[in-house]
Amino acid sequence: MSFDLHLIVESLPVMMMGLGITIKLLIISGVLGLVLAIFLLLMRISGKWYLNFPAQMYIYVFRGTPILVQIFIVYYGLPQFEVVRDSVFWPILREPTGCAILALSLNTGAYVSEILRGGVLGVSKGLLEAGSALGMSAYHKFVYITAPIATRLALPAYSNDVISLLKSTALASTITIADMTGIARTIVADTYAPYEIFISLAIVYLIFTFGIQKLFGLIERYLGRYTIREQPHE
Amino acid sequence: MNDSTNKTLITMEGVTKFFGPFQALKNINLKVRKGEKIVVCGPSGSGKSTLIRCINRLEKHNEGQILIDGKELTDQVKDINAVRREVGMVFQSFNLFPHMTILKNLMLAQQLVRKISKTEAKDTAIKYLERVKIPEQAEKYPIQLSGGQQQRVAIARALCMKPKIMLFDEPTSALDPEMINEVLEVMVDLAKEGMTMICVTHEMGFARSVADRVIFMDMGEIIEEAPPKEFFNNPQNTRTRNFLSQILSH
Ligand SMILES: Nc1ncnc2c1ncn2[C@@H]1O[C@H](COP(=O)(O)OP(=O)(O)OP(=O)(O)O)[C@@H](O)[C@H]1O
Ligand SMILES: [Mg+2]
Repeated sequence: MSFDLHLIVESLPVMMMGLGITIKLLIISGVLGLVLAIFLLLMRISGKWYLNFPAQMYIYVFRGTPILVQIFIVYYGLPQFEVVRDSVFWPILREPTGCAILALSLNTGAYVSEILRGGVLGVSKGLLEAGSALGMSAYHKFVYITAPIATRLALPAYSNDVISLLKSTALASTITIADMTGIARTIVADTYAPYEIFISLAIVYLIFTFGIQKLFGLIERYLGRYTIREQPHE
Repeated sequence: MNDSTNKTLITMEGVTKFFGPFQALKNINLKVRKGEKIVVCGPSGSGKSTLIRCINRLEKHNEGQILIDGKELTDQVKDINAVRREVGMVFQSFNLFPHMTILKNLMLAQQLVRKISKTEAKDTAIKYLERVKIPEQAEKYPIQLSGGQQQRVAIARALCMKPKIMLFDEPTSALDPEMINEVLEVMVDLAKEGMTMICVTHEMGFARSVADRVIFMDMGEIIEEAPPKEFFNNPQNTRTRNFLSQILSH
């Protein structure tokens, strides 16, 4: 088997035309998923069963089913309902991109809420007692003690989830979206050179992942500055 | 110090506390007047922490009545936070907010709870850092300080709220021996200034020199309560005697 370097050089720029869509899917679903995750988290830790229980069910369903199936249900399933077609969301859900973003957000929200909850559970009880002893309200304790510490604790797991989300965006190509993977599949269909094309595609994802890891590494260093004993500049 | 005209700041009457079926406090009766210093001692698990944690409602008592400066501790959130503002607490494990500088640790509750302006909160913070003799650490994070320094910061943080009562739960027992004195010195100073204090501690030297009364607890009960001289020289209860011989022997 020969490895056609020329083909890679030619097709890489074409694949990169899908980079914009991949980034769009990643960022919009990432942000919406995070917002959803925070809501789910607050429901989970509310201490009220009628908030906790639905959130738990939601998380169970979305973590317990394949994301590809979720994308298919949103894309093929939702338009069958008249209420959906008549709703204000129709212009978004009519587009495959809208469907992919919805499915990815719903899915990542379920995972991230559990990651955040892990962070919240990791905040030492003594700190909250110290807050109580100073007369701080539950709201103030959450905002000034729990949230910042939980954020730092959750960050490593969260960065993993962002990388997972990046890889999940490739599934959008199954519903006709021309993201990097979608374009790669088209090129393969034209050239019959799956080996070269998919390997170069994989390398592009690797570089992307590397960038995400570096970015989160920087944020982790910043948020973790108070966990380091030595002061280099004194 | 035992001036009977001083008003009663803490009243506990018939207080009980259960953890599930386990009774951690049994019929606790205690009155503390303004300016009094009480030392609480007793074996591990005797209910010392539970007792002082009931005073600022970190634990909810089950029966009986607790009055702090005339206000009864109930389930009303507003009232509890109002009481907690007046009651400072120092923990064995310091519990400084690790993600904030020392200065921020001291300013946070002043601003949020006392609604004091930033500049005023900062002035107060620096003033109390000077009183616990570590103003130069203001911009550091808690982890960069020694245990003794952290505990002094924790005391300063409580004092910034201008409490009427200070509770100490074994403030020196997590410290290396060479750091115990720097914390005790701060506590002695505080006592001299007339602060009302309840200290759970096994530092008997501190008890002798500072306490108005020493309370001995065992199995959730107050077994003995006496001025330090009587308490150490002539303990009435056998359990107190056994306990004292144990901790004074080393
Ligand atoms: N949250 C809790 N749940 C169940 N049991 C508890 C709880 N807190 C305390 N206890 C029990 O209540 C009893 C009294 O505990 P407490 O912490 O008041 O003892 P202590 O006198 O402070 O002991 P130590 O010297 O070890 O700090 C112990 O038997 C302890 O196991
Ligand atoms: Mg204790």
